[in-house]
Order: sequence, then C-alpha cells, then structure tokens
Amino acid sequence: MTNSWTDIRNTDLVVIMGGNAAEAHPCGFKWVTEAKANRGAKLIVVDPRFTRSAAVADFYAPVRQGTDIAFLLGVIRHCIETDKVQWEYVKNFTNASYLVKDGFAYSDGLFVGYDEQKRDYNRTDWEYKIGADGFVETDPTLQDPRCVWNLLKEHIAVYTPEMVERICGTPKAKYLKVCEMIAETSSPQKAMTSMYALGWTQHSKGSQNIRGMAMLQLILGNIGIRGGGMNALRGHSNIQGLTDIGLMSNLIPGYMTLPVEREVDRSTYMSTRGFKPLRPNQTSFWQNYGKFFVSFQKAMWGPAATKENDFAYQYLPKLDVPAYDVLRAFELMHQGKMTGYFCQGFNPLLAFPNRAKLTAALAKLKFLVTMDPLETETARFWENHGEHNEVDPTAIQTEVIQLPTTCFAEDEGAVVNSGRWLQWHWPGATPPGEAKTDVWIMAQIHLRLKALYAKEGGKFPDAIRDLTWNYKDREDPHPAELAKELNGYVVETVADPSDPAKVLLEKGKQVAAFALLRDDGTTAAGCWIYTGCFTEAGNMMARRDNSDPDATGAYPKWTFSWPANRRILYNRASADMNGKAWDPTRKLIEWDGSRWSGYDVPDIAPTAKPDQVGPFIMNPEGTSRLFSRGMMRDGPFPVHYEPFEAPIANVIAPRIRGNPVARVFRGDMEQFGEAREFPYAATSYRLTEHFHYWTKNNHINSVLQPEFFVEISEELAKEKGIRPGGWVRVWSKRGSIKAKAVVTKRIRPLICDGKPVHIVGIPLHWGFIGAAKKGFGPNSLTPYVGDANIETPEYKAFLVDIEPISGVA
Amino acid sequence: MSDAIRPAPETPEPRVTVRRYSALTRINHWTLAGSFVLLTLSGMALFHPSLFWLSTFFGGGPTLRWLHPVFGCVLIVAWLFMFLRFAWANLPERTDWVWMTKVRDVLSGREENLPEVGKYNAGQKLVFWSFALLVPALFLTGLVIWDQYFYDWTTIPQKRVAVLAHALLAIGMITVWIVHAYAAIWVQGTIQAMTRGYVTGGWAWRHHRKWLRDLVSGRKRTPPATPAE
Amino acid sequence: MTITVNPPVAATAPAYGEQDLLRRSASSVPAPGRQLEAVSKLIDVSKCIGCKACQSACLEWNNLKEEIGVNTGTYQNPHDLTPNTWTLMKFTEWVNPQTDNLEWLIRKDGCMHCADPGCLKACPSPGAIVQYTNGIVDFDREKCIGCGYCVKGCPFNIPRISNVTHKAYKCSLCSDRVAVGQGPACAKACPTKAIVFGTKEQMKAHADKRIADLKSRGFDKAGLYDPPGVGGTHVMYVLHHADQPSLYAGLPDNPRISPIVEAWKGVTKYAGFAVIGLAAAFGFVHHLVAGPNKVTEHDEEEAARLTEGRSP
Repeated sequence: MTNSWTDIRNTDLVVIMGGNAAEAHPCGFKWVTEAKANRGAKLIVVDPRFTRSAAVADFYAPVRQGTDIAFLLGVIRHCIETDKVQWEYVKNFTNASYLVKDGFAYSDGLFVGYDEQKRDYNRTDWEYKIGADGFVETDPTLQDPRCVWNLLKEHIAVYTPEMVERICGTPKAKYLKVCEMIAETSSPQKAMTSMYALGWTQHSKGSQNIRGMAMLQLILGNIGIRGGGMNALRGHSNIQGLTDIGLMSNLIPGYMTLPVEREVDRSTYMSTRGFKPLRPNQTSFWQNYGKFFVSFQKAMWGPAATKENDFAYQYLPKLDVPAYDVLRAFELMHQGKMTGYFCQGFNPLLAFPNRAKLTAALAKLKFLVTMDPLETETARFWENHGEHNEVDPTAIQTEVIQLPTTCFAEDEGAVVNSGRWLQWHWPGATPPGEAKTDVWIMAQIHLRLKALYAKEGGKFPDAIRDLTWNYKDREDPHPAELAKELNGYVVETVADPSDPAKVLLEKGKQVAAFALLRDDGTTAAGCWIYTGCFTEAGNMMARRDNSDPDATGAYPKWTFSWPANRRILYNRASADMNGKAWDPTRKLIEWDGSRWSGYDVPDIAPTAKPDQVGPFIMNPEGTSRLFSRGMMRDGPFPVHYEPFEAPIANVIAPRIRGNPVARVFRGDMEQFGEAREFPYAATSYRLTEHFHYWTKNNHINSVLQPEFFVEISEELAKEKGIRPGGWVRVWSKRGSIKAKAVVTKRIRPLICDGKPVHIVGIPLHWGFIGAAKKGFGPNSLTPYVGDANIETPEYKAFLVDIEPISGVA
Repeated sequence: MSDAIRPAPETPEPRVTVRRYSALTRINHWTLAGSFVLLTLSGMALFHPSLFWLSTFFGGGPTLRWLHPVFGCVLIVAWLFMFLRFAWANLPERTDWVWMTKVRDVLSGREENLPEVGKYNAGQKLVFWSFALLVPALFLTGLVIWDQYFYDWTTIPQKRVAVLAHALLAIGMITVWIVHAYAAIWVQGTIQAMTRGYVTGGWAWRHHRKWLRDLVSGRKRTPPATPAE
Repeated sequence: MTITVNPPVAATAPAYGEQDLLRRSASSVPAPGRQLEAVSKLIDVSKCIGCKACQSACLEWNNLKEEIGVNTGTYQNPHDLTPNTWTLMKFTEWVNPQTDNLEWLIRKDGCMHCADPGCLKACPSPGAIVQYTNGIVDFDREKCIGCGYCVKGCPFNIPRISNVTHKAYKCSLCSDRVAVGQGPACAKACPTKAIVFGTKEQMKAHADKRIADLKSRGFDKAGLYDPPGVGGTHVMYVLHHADQPSLYAGLPDNPRISPIVEAWKGVTKYAGFAVIGLAAAFGFVHHLVAGPNKVTEHDEEEAARLTEGRSP
C-alpha cells in the first residue's frame, strides 16, 4: 500500500477491481464502511462476479477476467477526452512532459525490439531523450509529439467505450458510469483509492494491470494524498514482510537486488545502481544504495565483511537466470535437477499451478522437508486419498520429513500488514506437542551445517562459516535480537568530521534512522527500510498509542511504519508547487518557507524546496512514470493481452497469444487449451469463510463453508442441465475436478466480441486434509505460466469445460 | 338362554346376576381409562400454568413431555381394540330416537316411560361415538405436535392449528368423559359391570330390558365366541 | 455501542436477578424492583458483507458444536437455524425491478427479542422463558421441558429443539455478556460495524443516520425494522427496502403472534375450564335434584321372574 488501512476512511471513492476486499479482507474492509458511513464515500466494484464487496457497493460493473488493462486504459482515455485530468499534478509530478527516444514505437500489440524466439524485447529504445547536460529533455507545454503524454494518448486511442465493451463484456452504459464516477476525482478536492489484490496480480500481465490503475491515479492526482493511493491488499498477514525482507530468489532485504553472474565484483554491481538524477537539483534516493548494501553485508557477515574483501561481496550467490521463482523451482524438480526441497509455511501442492505436474515433481525429490503448524497436502502428496489424491505410494521414494512449527498466536515477533506497519505481537498460547518456532528450527539447521563444514570442510564454506550469529542463546535466538539486527546497529564509533570530539554514532548503539547508515562498514543493518523499528528508544513496533492528532487516520504512534514511520508514501505530492496542500482538508505535510512539516513524516528531504525537488525521489527523475522506460519486460505502457487461455482472440492484436514475453517452459505451451475445446472462462478466488488451505483444519470454518463447489450462472446451468447443489465435473487440458454446483444470479454470461462468454468460478479452499469435506483446488486445472515480470501464476483466467455428473464416491 | 345369566342362588337374598363384560373387555376398558386419566392429568399440566404442578407426579416437566404422547399411543391402541369390538353394538336403532326425545324422563330416571333398551342406550351410544371421533382426532393432532419424531412432517402454521385443535378436542373429550363417568355413578350398580363383569338382573331389567330379554331368549346378536357382550 | 468500547478487564459481578424480570413464562412475577434501560442490537443490512464472523463468534462464545454439513447450492451454511446455530447469515439474490440491478441481500437471522414475546406466552413451563426489563428474552434450559410450544409461539421461526438434549435453543442476546457490561459476541466480532449494540434509544438514533445515508444513495424506502405487531423488538434491522421486509429471506412484513396461538393461550384456556366445570357442576346438581338411579327390588323380581326356570 502507498497509504494505510486506516487512511481508506479518508477517501471519497473506493474502486475495488482486481480484488474482493469485503470477502478476502473483511477486517480491513471496515475502513471502507467507515468512509461510506461518515464521508458519504462511494464504492465501485468491477469484477467478473457479483461478490460480497459488490453486495455493499454503490455501483457494480462486470468485467471479463483478464481484460482489466483494456478497461483501465479506456478509463484513462475517457478522463483525457473529457478533460478530467489533475493538470498541475500531471505536468509537475509525472513524466508526461518528458521526450522519448525516436526509436521507440508501438504497433499491433508489440513494442519496438521484439524477439519472438527469445520471447523478449530489446528495450534500449524504451528510454527518454537525454540532453547534452545529462538530463531528460522535456516539453512542459506537452506539444511535442514525442513527449510521454502524446505517446500515451496515441497508445490508448484504440480503447474506445465500444472497444472496451467488445473486449471486457462490460455493458457500455455501466462502463461509462464507472468512468464518470472515477473522473470526478480529478478534482484536487476529491480522492479515490484503489484496492486490489490477487485479482490483478495472478495474470500473465499482472504487473501491468496494476500499472494501468497507477497511471490512472496519477492522471487524477490521487497518489500521495490522504484517501488516495494504490493499495495492494496483501493476501497473508505477513506477505508484506516477506517481500520487504527479500524472500524472493532475486532480492535481498529492502528491495535491493541480488547480483547476477556478470556482476563479478562490487564496483560492477554498483555501476548499474548509481541512479544519477535525471533532472536538475533532483534527489535520487537510490544513490544511497551503497550504504544500505554495505550495511546489509555487515549485518550478515560482521567482521568478515571488510573493505579489503569488497564487504564479502563474493559471499552472495550470483543469479544465472532472472529468478529462481516457484514455477522455475518446480520445473527444475520436474526435470530431476532439484532433488531436495525445504517447504517452510507453504502448501505448494495446492498453491502452485498444474497439480499433476507438481505431484510428479515432488515424487522425483530425494527429500522433502515441511515446516508447518498444520498438516498439509504437500506433506502428504504421496498418500493415496482416492480420487482426491490418486497416487501410488509404492512408486514414490521421496523421503518426507515433517517439522511441526508454532502458529502465529504461539510465538513472538512482528507482522507487517498491507499498510507497511510492523506490528509486534506476543504469544497468546503455548505451542502444542513438539512444535518449535521457525527461528529455533532454522538455528538448529544452521548450527549443524556450520559444524559439518567445520568438521568436513567443503567447496566454499565461508558464507556459512562467517555468518554473524551473536545471539544470547545460539540455539534459539530471540525475536527481539533478530529485530534489532534488522534495524541495524553501529559497528564502529563515528566521529563528526567537522568536530572530532563530537560522536555521531556510538559503537554498539542501535541506528535511529536509515539516513545514518554508511557505506564504510561502520554500520550494520539487516533491512534498511526497517531501520527505526527498534532503536535505543526501544521496540517501536510494540507501541500501542492510538492517538491520532486531528483525526487524519495516521496514528503516528501506533507501531512502526516503514520507511521512517511514514504513513503515506510520496506524501510530498499532497501539496502543490508552492508546498500548499491541494486540499486544505487533506493536509498531510506543507512547506512553511524553510521546511516541510505536518501530520506525516515528509517523503522528501525536510528542506527540499517545493519548486525544485520532485516528490517521487525513489525515481532518479523525481517524477512518477506514465512511461516506465525499460523497467518492465512487457512494455513501457500496458497493452491489452488476452490470458494464455482465452475464450476469444485478442481483438486488438489477433496474432498474439497471451503476454508475448511471459516465460513458458518447454512442454507447457502444448498444455494450454483452446476455446473450441474448453469453451468456458474460469477464474479462482477465496471465500470469506476460509483462509487459503489453513482453516479447513478448523471445525467452525468448516461448518461455515463445508464443501467444495463451483459457481455458474443460471444461464449456463440451464444450457448444461446442471441443477443447484448437484454434482459437476470441471476439466481443463491439465486436469479434472468434481464439485457441487452453486447456480447463481451473481455470475452472468458476458457478451465479448459478439459472443456470450460463460464464467465458471472456482474457490480454492479445499483439499484432502482437514475437517472440511474432501475436495479439490483450482490448481488441478490452472496453466503453468506466470506474470512476465514477477512470475505470479495465472490463476485468474483459464479455460475449462463443465458437465453435470451423478455424484462422487 | 345364554349362559351369561345365573339364576338366583338359594340364599337369603336371591339375586339373578348377568354377565356384562368379560375379563378381556374389562382390562381393555381400564387400560383405556387409565391412559385417559394419565393423559388428562399430564395434558392439563401442559394446558394451563396453574396446573403445571401436576408435572411433579410424572417425574417433572421433561419426563411429562415425553410421557404424554406415550400415554396417547397406549390409549389409541386400547381404543382401537375396543372400537372394533363394540362399534356394531353401538349402531343406532330407531328406538334410540324415541329414547332421546324423552330426555326429561331419562334425566329423571323414569325409565318406565322409555322404550326398552338393548345393550346400550342412545346416551351411551352418543358417548361411544363422541369418543370414536375425538380419540383419533386427538391422536392425529397430537402427532402433528409430537416434535421429537414428527417435527419435519408439518409446517409451523399447521402445528399451530394442531395445537389449538388438540386443546379444544381435549376439552371435548374431558367433557364427554365427565358425562360418561357421572352416568356410571348416577346409575347405581353400573360400575360393577366394569369391575366385576356382572350386573344384577334388576339392573339389566331396569336399564337394558331388551338386552336381558334377548339373553333370556337366546337371541344372541354376538358371535358365540363372545357371548352376551 | 459495543464495538467502540472495550470491556472492562476486571471481572464484574453479574448484574441481573429476579428483580429485573418483566415477564416469566407460565407464571407471574412481582412488579420489577427496578427498570433497566432498554437495550437493542441493530443490524445494518446495508453494511453487512456476509462474512459470517457473527456466526463464528456465536459458536465460539456459546461453546456450540455445529455439524460440518454439505453444500446444497448456496452460501448459506448451515442451511437453517439449528439448536447449535443461533444466528445465521441468510442470502437472497434479488433483481430490483426498478433498476434491473442485482442486489445480494444478506440478513443475519436470529432471535428478535420481541417486546411481546410469542415464545414466552406459549411456554407452559414456569420460568423456562424470561424477559428482562431491558428487553432481553432468555431461555432457562434448567426449566425447559422441550415441548416446542415456543416454536409455535414465535412469529419469526427462531427457537429450535435439540434432538439430543430435548431443550429449546435460541440467541440469548448474550445476556451473560450484557449482564456484565459487554455487548453480544456477534457485535464484538462484526468487522464492519454492521452489528452494533447499545440502548434502544441510541440504536434508533444511529439507525436514523444510517437511513439518511441510504436515502442519499437512492434507497428511498430505507428504514428501520422495529415491528409494532410484536411491540417492537430488541433486535432491529436497517433495511434498504424497509417497505418489503420479506425480500430479506422471508423476514415477516407484519409479524405478530399468530391469532391461533393467541386463541390457544387465551380464550381456549378459560373456555375449556368453563366447559369442563359446567359439565361437572351439572352432574353435581343433577345428583342433588334427581338422586341416584337405583335398581328396585321390583326390578330384581321382574328379572328373576323372567329368567325363572329357564336356566340351562
């Protein structure tokens, strides 16, 4: 989230698209109800299904799954056509006026530089024109045909209301109503918040779905203000923490990236991370990258990370591929190249696509270790559960080791919520049986590895051998110790260069803010964005002061919000070029002539002059990007691409299947189904009554939603002779499942490109373990392909067929 | 002549006795009567709060709630048995109308003014047929509100009608029973018919002369297996 | 209102007793010793997202064990109220003929705590159902005999009889929590404040604001459901279509205690006793006037004469 859960109450318009907040985030949704009840805010829901969010919406419009980009670019087009643009914001805070290289072009669904063989672009022309002074050339009048604004207008011209209706199946009148409601928030006195979740990410162009809305929000001037923002609703209580800490195969903590093979030393690594400002006087915050990186290395390897050894740069693994994401991991397992798998707090047998492939992959492992508080299907993948898990245990030689762990309510630590708040929690119950904390288990594994290396040596023991392990109880580090390490501490006392008698940083003390981190090895910080969470003043994450001066929704003394306890990112953008709030009732920070101050921690240097330094300091241009340069693999502007399995061909570029640069492994392309074979557009989702595959282990949740079902329209039910509550079989090219049928008015066939498209909804909470009735997950059916940028599997749009059956044994 | 009639023994007070009810019949009747009394008492406990104390005699409210329909089942079986055996003895005759028109004489006990009566007079027949209608009606309405086993068979509005009907029928039943019981008390010598099985010849002569004549003449209207009943 | 106020941490002594009873089934109570402030739960259907947190909280707080059922083609689980499910989200898909838009009406069903409680009036067991002066209608299962009369008395089809314990069950409005100054568990758990709890006056005022908001959103017929036919209720609904309560999974449009039940529990009792009494009195008087109908010696002789010499 750019903003926070509590800030949603400040909005005038909530758009839930690509998510289902009421259903999947019922507790957070309370802030939507607050906004509606106390501010008269309106709620729009755009979704293939009439969801529980839609049940309390002011306006609902259907959309075919996988066509959000066409919808959003259409709304942008509408706003520009009707002059509903926050002009001052767009001109000053976005790159609308920047000129783009002449080589950049787009036609027929593809940008310049496409290589069909590699399924990749050469992105060198997706770049600004850089002048002789080293800065971007701009045209503040927006007249130059090569400026971003005019390229954007040209790019979206095709998404007329008629085209949107043709692609998305959204009736034109409903679509225009949504456009009008959204366009109203271009006024500086109006704010719109976008609440989205996996309904946008789980597509082969998931990142671009989100960019579509981000661009719209920028055009409306809704980023950086109270009640505005791009608010990703995270699907697990600590999935935000997971990404912050860099638990992706290509990241290290604080959104820094792991080196790749060609970055042979630290200076090469840093050479592409210089982030020279692209505009005069601009702050480019990532210029501090080196400080955060060296502090991270010091936190990892302490005294073993020295200036002489490049701060242990070589201890870091170097990527030979863009990422070892989950799809690649299972692909490697399937190929027999990955033979051991540690599965910590994860149930991939139900969570990753194409279950048949997953089972085959797990069966090829030598060993599988699961660490989980619950019994999972993954741990039991070898066990025959009749039609619910038809495997032959005698043919599977994988050794499975199950390590029971504590549950969230049984241990201590911080959980990071969607609003970036690190909230400390304490155990509320004693762990059952032999359950141990994940920290204890990891410590045991680490210490045993260390001992093995010490005893037997190895090819490269250094990174393990030298890992900092300064905990009171080496066997069981305390969560507070780990938190302090993440926050960072002073390694060597640093004196003030101007006054050597004055100590700037005192050895052994906690670092108060990431601005104090240094690249000379005198500071250590495990995750720079968390610096400030556990200082000499104590554990800031444990704060429970719910005071909220002037009721802005900031709650600045409640826990700790990264970065620097900032509650709204880009909050400088809440004020105009003179530093005055666009809307005085939405004041966040203001310029008093010499400094920025207000309700929130300024997201800019406190003394940065408003007319000189742009608000988006994480970009070297200081502005936000309507044109994303070469940062995204699939284009600097979003393009409507159909899902890999779509009921109709891509109307704007019929030749292109799916996202042209999404990675497809050998053999998986052949497993994509065709619309003539599998005529119905399926999607998967959560229900309020359950949380993933956890709560089916709980009796009460299982009472509230006992049995696996699929949802279809009354029209499809009639066509197929399916009766409500009857059994159906649903199958794709990859698998087949059986389910009860819920026949509902909440799903209607959509007319897309002149043809009716029937939707089959498949919730995801059932498996063959637990209290609830045995069932299937949608992943038995879904295709093995992910987002072109971050490989999130395409769970939201695929093709199936359906038929009534007599029953299940 | 039927063997139901015993001539007067050679005793100081010679009496003719007439067998009216066999042991089986008496058991049948008293099963019926017993279950009826239990039903009445337990039903009254549920009918009016001021009588809820009666539930103490049934082991408390929950047990009473369980027992009441069980008594009902006993009664319906006993009653069915009785009905099948006595229905045709209670078929109306022409003389019944005459009997009924002379209700004043009936109430005053001036039976000499009444036509000679067979085994049952019109009043007894009326009581019989009242029971004949009330008992199954009570049983059926009772089933509708016997939620433990039959809840799903009917709707709540139907149950409401049933519970009201059950109460009204029970009132009717009790009223008829009062008539029945009072008549037995008023007409002296009647009760021993059901306790001992015999009445005196005088009782039969006075109240059911035609029946006595038939017995004497051997004109039995019942099958030989159950003589004189 | 419960949701904004955390309960006291220190234990509070239960505050209700005999002096707080307004009515007691099948018995009378003395005039209440004091008048508690009338409370009410307000369920704002327009804020409800159907998440079933209330259902879950109810099961948890009251320690109820419901069965894991099956799917019968609806989100409604269990499919009806049961002895263990005292509150249930009921889902109705309705196409508004005026707008042609689908509306998914989700109503939390459960005891309405009528001011004129049909269950209490129908109950034959003294004290098995009580009504407190704050409006809560509560079942005392120690005294319940499981007859099911409350089921027939209720205009909302709420009480359920257990086939295991043979006792009646329904929402108690968490009288145990309310008695120590807390609100019902469902209100506590509701994430969107669709369920709030407070004094009836507070709740009516809160409802007024909600209704004004709904009217501003085009729901001209929005209103409060506090049906006068049962004297008002201590569980009230804010409905977007208050003119058609039955849209919401058959919420009665004009609930009242069934006239049949009224007749059963009213006139029938008195009339019944009168008829029975009259019959008995008639017998008594008749016996006084007419005396016993005795067999005379003459009758015996006639009988003997008739049978003389004719023995077999």
